[in-house]
Amino acid sequence: MAAQKDTLLARYKDMFRIRRFEEEAARGYAKGKIGGFLHLYIGQESIAVGASATLKPDDYVFQTYRDHGTAIARGTSTRAAMAELYGKDPGISRGLGGSMHFFDPANGFYGGYGIIGGHVALAAGAAFKSKYKKEGTVSMCFFGEGATNIGGFHEGASLAGLWKLPMVLVCENNTYAMGTPFSRTSPVEDITKKAAGYGMASDRFDGHDVQEVEARIGAAVELARSGGGPTLIEILTYRFRGHSMSDPGKYRTSQEVEERKKRDPLKVTKTQLESLGCSEDEILALENQVEEEIADAVQFAEEAPPARHDVMERSVYAPSNYVYPPVGQP
Amino acid sequence: MVPAPWILTCVKTMPKKNLVTALNEGLRSELAENPDVVVLGEDVGRVGGVFRVTAGLQEEFGSDRVIDTPLAEGGIIGAAIGMAMYGLRPIAEIQFSDFIFPAFDQIVSEAAKYRYRSGGEFPIPMVIRAPVGGGIRGGHYHSQSPEALFIHTPGLKVVCPSNPYDAKGLLKSAVKDNDTVMFFEPKRVYRAVKMEVPDGPYEIPLSQAKVVRPGEDVTVIAWGAMLFEALAAAESAQQQGVSTEVLDLRTLWPVDVESIMQSVRKTGRVVVVHEAPKTCGFGAELLTLVSEHAFLHLQAPPKRVTGWDTPFPYRLEQEYLPLQHRILPALLETAAY
Ligand SMILES: Cc1ncc(C[n+]2csc(CCOP(=O)(O)OP(=O)(O)O)c2C)c(N)n1
Repeated sequence: MAAQKDTLLARYKDMFRIRRFEEEAARGYAKGKIGGFLHLYIGQESIAVGASATLKPDDYVFQTYRDHGTAIARGTSTRAAMAELYGKDPGISRGLGGSMHFFDPANGFYGGYGIIGGHVALAAGAAFKSKYKKEGTVSMCFFGEGATNIGGFHEGASLAGLWKLPMVLVCENNTYAMGTPFSRTSPVEDITKKAAGYGMASDRFDGHDVQEVEARIGAAVELARSGGGPTLIEILTYRFRGHSMSDPGKYRTSQEVEERKKRDPLKVTKTQLESLGCSEDEILALENQVEEEIADAVQFAEEAPPARHDVMERSVYAPSNYVYPPVGQP
Repeated sequence: MVPAPWILTCVKTMPKKNLVTALNEGLRSELAENPDVVVLGEDVGRVGGVFRVTAGLQEEFGSDRVIDTPLAEGGIIGAAIGMAMYGLRPIAEIQFSDFIFPAFDQIVSEAAKYRYRSGGEFPIPMVIRAPVGGGIRGGHYHSQSPEALFIHTPGLKVVCPSNPYDAKGLLKSAVKDNDTVMFFEPKRVYRAVKMEVPDGPYEIPLSQAKVVRPGEDVTVIAWGAMLFEALAAAESAQQQGVSTEVLDLRTLWPVDVESIMQSVRKTGRVVVVHEAPKTCGFGAELLTLVSEHAFLHLQAPPKRVTGWDTPFPYRLEQEYLPLQHRILPALLETAAY
């Protein structure tokens, strides 16, 4: 019981960190400090946190442009993440990528990808390398439900199944692809039905309970690690904000959003913590630590020097003596 | 963005519209004129498009003519080719030109070659609309200008209007054209420029460039959003005694060789401006054409002011883009050579 409480407190803190990071990112965007596109993870935190809890530092993680939460759950510092949003040199991609293009191999995070579907085969390639080198590592690829309609997803999934790769394909079904509900773009509602065609295992469940996410994804990770091949997982979730900051979200009612907020993963976890005997003060103490961390991250990003021209030019082609940075060793 | 002086001098009696509205009117008028015209793409229907270019069209023309598709560019373009083969006139929207590559195969392998491989019998009368260019801090997946890749593919036409008036007229011509037209819309102009655009239908023929500012000393060739930068640089150059002729290509391919040569023969000096990377950008082709057709008229080495040979940056985009502060020195140097 005490162990369960401590673990759950840690998960809560990780989720709260992402929530507060995203809220501050939204403020930075509103103030014009952050430009371009900003896709927030608010409402889906239980997935990044639950999933990351099942992974080892040298496992490979691939995510879409909605990538801040997953990177932070993997261990990217909020300083480096915020600095990237601000386009600053100490950013996680040296300020060259911005919000959608985090990249942090030291924490086993192989990037946010803006071209939908394209990264699924990349994740399969990483899984192939793991198998080939007998690394015992797992490649986990996140994507939205909208992505399951594009060829890139199917090509990647097909290879994962054919080669029985140590891979977990996690579909974060947050109900809408931009303004379009999945029901209007897919003839079948249950995405895991596609798994059969690729000869892979599947699982489908609701994502608001971080403990359940951890347990169910954990099973798929174990299967992959032990040579049992890939699993396609569909997690039903909801994004509380618009698709990106520029989306007024007119395609859904505020009533629907409010209804879904009742199952806010943070709220759900808080209730679970209370029933495990956690006091409000304990939770507040954690939250205060996170508040300080996020305030520090914002200040760091504000004060950091901007992205550098010479770094950009040096980043296009590799020198002949290039050595890759170590993986999973922050 | 400051509206160019020539825009402000347009007739004052017509309603002022931005690029989004002008394109929306162009689409609406083509849909109304011809029942074979259909619009398809991600979020084009109920939502009205990411940039709202197709707003209201589904309400007006129905969901079997303004079609919301799944997220699948290869499918969108492939299906549009199939529709076009037997008489429909599809207008496909790709949300950003950067997302066109999953459909690159369909465009390059099928659309561009269909007329050829059917012995000249089956053209593909399809328009592919896609926003291009930087200036919105979108980083490397939301800012590119891929026109050269398509110009390099025989069988495709490529259009890139710079302003609302041209956009509406060119779009209508593109829809009526019997070949596949890549219609690139400069996204940073979408809401930045307003000008008089007639409510009624009109067409602007493809492959006709336009002199938007006459000049004597040097020619600058531009298109899309960079036209406004070229105009601003031309204005500054004027203050330093250099008279610049600004040519808006409007259609990139087939390009209006005659208008380019007329201008270059007159000025003997030429600068090309584009956002795409320099190497093998369209500027390379344009300047080769100049050497082939007007070599003996040249009085200075031609110049290119372009994006860098790097991916499109997030934070450094104001340096990457060939803005007026980079165009002006090129004009002055060329003029002084
Ligand atoms: C190939 C490609 N096409 C279109 C887009 C534009 N786009 C960005 S996000 C998005 C919706 C994606 O929805 P989903 O896969 O469900 O992920 P979510 O954003 O809901 O997390 C679209 C159409 C893109 N980024 N890449």
